[in-house]
Amino acid sequence: MNEDTIVAIATPAGTGAISVIRISGQETFNSVDKFFRGKKRIAQADSHTIHYGDFYSADGLHIDDVLVSVFKNPNSYTGEDVAEISTHGNPIITQKIINELISLPNIRLAEPGEFTKRAFLNNRIDLAKAEAVSDIIAARTEASFRGARNQLDGLLSSKVSELRAMLVNLSSYVELELDFAEEDLHFFKQDELLKKVDSVIIEIDTLLESYSFGKIIRDGVNVALVGRPNVGKSSLLNYILKESRAIVSEIPGTTRDIIREEVSIDGILFRLFDTAGIRFSEDVIEKEGIIRSRDTVFNADIVVFLMDTTQGEANDLFKELMNLTNPEKIIRVLNKIDLNRNCLIDSDVRISAKTGEGIEIFFNKLKEKAIGSDYYSEKTAVVTNLRHYNCLRKSRENLISARNSILERMSGEFIAFDLRNAELSLAEIIGEVTSDDILNNIFMKFCIGK
Amino acid sequence: MVKKFDVVVVGGGHAGIEAASVAARMGCSVGLITMDSRAIGRMSCNPAIGGTAKGHLVREIDALGGVMGQLADSTGIQFRMLNRSKGPAVWSPRCQSDRKLYSQAAQSLLLSISDIEIIEDSACDVIVEDSRIVGVKSRSHGEILCQALILSSGTFLNGLMHTGLQSTVGGRFGENASVGITESLDKLGFEHGRLKTGTPPRLKKNSINWTILEEQQGDKKPQPFSYKTDLSKFPSLPQLSCYITYTDQAIHKILEKGFSESPMFTGLIKGTGPRYCPSIEDKIVRFADKERHQLFLEPEGIDSDLIYVNGFSTSLPAEIQLEALRKVRGLEEVEMIRPGYAVEYDYFPPHQVDLTLETKKIQGLYFAGQINGTSGYEEAAAQGLIAGINAALKIQKRPEFVLTRSEAYIGVLIDDLVNKSTDEPYRMFTSRAEYRLLLRQDNADRRLMKKGFELGLIDATAYEELIKRENLITKSIDFFSNTKIPPPEIDLILQSKGMASLESPETIAKLCKRPELSLAEIINLERIQSMEISKEITNDGFALEQVEIELKYEGYIKRQLDMIDKLEKYEKLQIPLTLNYLNIKNLSNEGKEKLNKVKPRSIGQAMRISGVTPSDISVLLVYLKK
Repeated sequence: MNEDTIVAIATPAGTGAISVIRISGQETFNSVDKFFRGKKRIAQADSHTIHYGDFYSADGLHIDDVLVSVFKNPNSYTGEDVAEISTHGNPIITQKIINELISLPNIRLAEPGEFTKRAFLNNRIDLAKAEAVSDIIAARTEASFRGARNQLDGLLSSKVSELRAMLVNLSSYVELELDFAEEDLHFFKQDELLKKVDSVIIEIDTLLESYSFGKIIRDGVNVALVGRPNVGKSSLLNYILKESRAIVSEIPGTTRDIIREEVSIDGILFRLFDTAGIRFSEDVIEKEGIIRSRDTVFNADIVVFLMDTTQGEANDLFKELMNLTNPEKIIRVLNKIDLNRNCLIDSDVRISAKTGEGIEIFFNKLKEKAIGSDYYSEKTAVVTNLRHYNCLRKSRENLISARNSILERMSGEFIAFDLRNAELSLAEIIGEVTSDDILNNIFMKFCIGK
Repeated sequence: MVKKFDVVVVGGGHAGIEAASVAARMGCSVGLITMDSRAIGRMSCNPAIGGTAKGHLVREIDALGGVMGQLADSTGIQFRMLNRSKGPAVWSPRCQSDRKLYSQAAQSLLLSISDIEIIEDSACDVIVEDSRIVGVKSRSHGEILCQALILSSGTFLNGLMHTGLQSTVGGRFGENASVGITESLDKLGFEHGRLKTGTPPRLKKNSINWTILEEQQGDKKPQPFSYKTDLSKFPSLPQLSCYITYTDQAIHKILEKGFSESPMFTGLIKGTGPRYCPSIEDKIVRFADKERHQLFLEPEGIDSDLIYVNGFSTSLPAEIQLEALRKVRGLEEVEMIRPGYAVEYDYFPPHQVDLTLETKKIQGLYFAGQINGTSGYEEAAAQGLIAGINAALKIQKRPEFVLTRSEAYIGVLIDDLVNKSTDEPYRMFTSRAEYRLLLRQDNADRRLMKKGFELGLIDATAYEELIKRENLITKSIDFFSNTKIPPPEIDLILQSKGMASLESPETIAKLCKRPELSLAEIINLERIQSMEISKEITNDGFALEQVEIELKYEGYIKRQLDMIDKLEKYEKLQIPLTLNYLNIKNLSNEGKEKLNKVKPRSIGQAMRISGVTPSDISVLLVYLKK
């Protein structure tokens, strides 16, 4: 299996300071040695060493001077022989090097995620970690990276294991009464059982709630800028881009009317949509644009409603907005306060996109709306992955069902059935399933045997 | 002349009885080797059959055509349905047996089967040619030839009994050990281990002050194990009570005095004992904060003068046992007929057998019972039955017989043994069965009798009755699911139970789901009662019970069936038995080793092997697709 050696660019496409090409498989070192000229042959190099040298094409042309990092199996990311070639960051160079490599037999371009898949198949990482890796790769901002990192470090895994242990313990009390009815033992009463189930539900709820935060770290926040023409949407946008210093990209508007920018504020990715010049009224000529604008607002996580001190309130537009979105999502921003400090228009934040006054407060408002006031530290287990979220939800459903069975005074085997399913759903997250845990727990804790 | 049989069974315990009788009834000539023919069916320990999960096994053995249920029914002196206050899935039948009568019944049953020859001898060597069994050597009869050999030797393989620091060679009180089999299997490359089990002292019945003890009677309306048992003549023996008493701290102190002479604590005993059936000394040490332990005084039989002290299994010196017992309430002047003892014996970790219980190494060689690391008469009998059936099928070149985890506790038992192996005596529990809500003792006949019939072990009359009843159950469920009761008709019953009136008509099936209402009550309604199907179902208590359970727990039953469906696809993904896991380079080392040991038949089975990780499974899936 996995006879092919695979190769791919490990850094993002485009021009950067350096690019890294990763190769994995049994032909790795021999393949590199066919093109690399350095002090030492890579095949003879020790694991975890770096070698400087030149990369030549098959017809003897110098392509670039490079650094080759050597990782020998099984102590590499994939568990196979791995080399990483660092080149100057030029797409033409990396492309040439890769073309040379894949011209060899038994070496081919890697499929998306194939390195991680091999790491998983070679037991280098568990399922939750494998998923975290793909999240790290896709991480676009610092906070997003932290979220994936903390999952990789096993915060979620250890939290889930802890909850699983609680359920195993609980199940063993229920099973005890079923399999050892004749014994002189203390069995749980209804309210004791209920209390234990509830405490697990509460813990799962905390994890589930962290998903909205986790999702934000992962996917970012969509923000729609809405306002009458000339209230200063563009100047606000420009100011934000300048101020946040961390422009992620500038992507041409999806239509000629809607501009999309991505900025990172304190590590959170905000995707700003400027609905420039679009009104919400039914204007036949602008119908296409209007539909897009409405969609933008409808899909936004946050709607920034921009007014300015010179134009007065825009009640008609605001009313329309209320029909399109949840009022909780709206931040009312009053711009141009440098022109009229005594303006009485009601708003959440008062700013000047020209002077930068109030922008800090505006950023805080954005963050607050995005992640709520709850505090998540790097030590909190955060759910960022949809599959994990669904497993947790399934587990919760089973616990609710167990709860109902307890309240209806159903016999223990029905409660045990729900608890077992709740436990299995948790086990799915970390990818481990054992069925003897409950009995082992019983034997350890209780004096069994007439 | 050299004796020659289709099947030879070594050991006349609960596994041997089932194996011999089933193979003979399937048309094989059977030789049963036992050291003492009067010891056939002897209960080494507890004079009882059934109990939680074990009762399920007996019902399944019976539905497949085994004999344990009938033997227990005809010799039972107290019948109880355990867990009656819980849901139907964990109801478990149990009986106290007359030890002597049980053994006699087993002997006469085997004697009544003409194809079985009982050979009083001790087997000492297996004869193998080209990895295939051809016979067995015995001490006095020499070579006995056979096509299949079933080893069900219980605690007798190199059995060693301990009381205090005294050890005696033997497999049971007053009986010899069996020497030679372990050694001959070792030579063939089998791996063996050592287990330990124990039994409590036996007391003299009339030396106990019964009047001050708490009595435990049997059920008023006892239910038999076997479908064959005639209810009008059941129970056939007079019924007796058990009595309950307790140890206390002072007694624990006395027992502690003997710890320095305990074969367990001094390391004399090497074998692993069962955690669910610890000795009294073990309980005192491991659960030091428990102030008292419950003891059950169980009669050994109607004419027997012996009382069995359930809960007081021990291998402490005899005089300590007696001193401690005399401090127990009701036992102040007790006479001890025989002290408790521990017994060590050889077993063969069961990953070495396949799901048919045939060994993977030697064709035609089967293991059943304690040799596979189990404990309990019922677990042994279940294996004896499966080994006997498969030995006969193989000789007759018919397809093998394997039960799945979703079909029977027997399936769970054997699947656990093969995939997880065991390093302590294995006992069945209901919590081991993931499809517990489906595998009930009440529906054992419905689950398995068809299979028993196809094997030729259930007679046509019983099978026809089953089909008839099955039709009635289906018809009734259909009727109750489609027949609505208008509010006024049921108002009176609801009111009497403090329940609110119905707002609109509801089906009988839906009404039946309410815990407060029984199906019988609803059928009793005037309009329903008069219907033909109501009369029919009311006349068949068994069918009525089935319909009620299926209606009441419909949601749960459906969820379990869905689970089976979901996992079925893995069970259907076959793995060739010839696969060499050592060549699959991406498997974890532990995964490689375990898979190679067990050689699972399907991905589903592979998933249940302990030590095999989900990534091993993905590697296997990828590998098999290639």
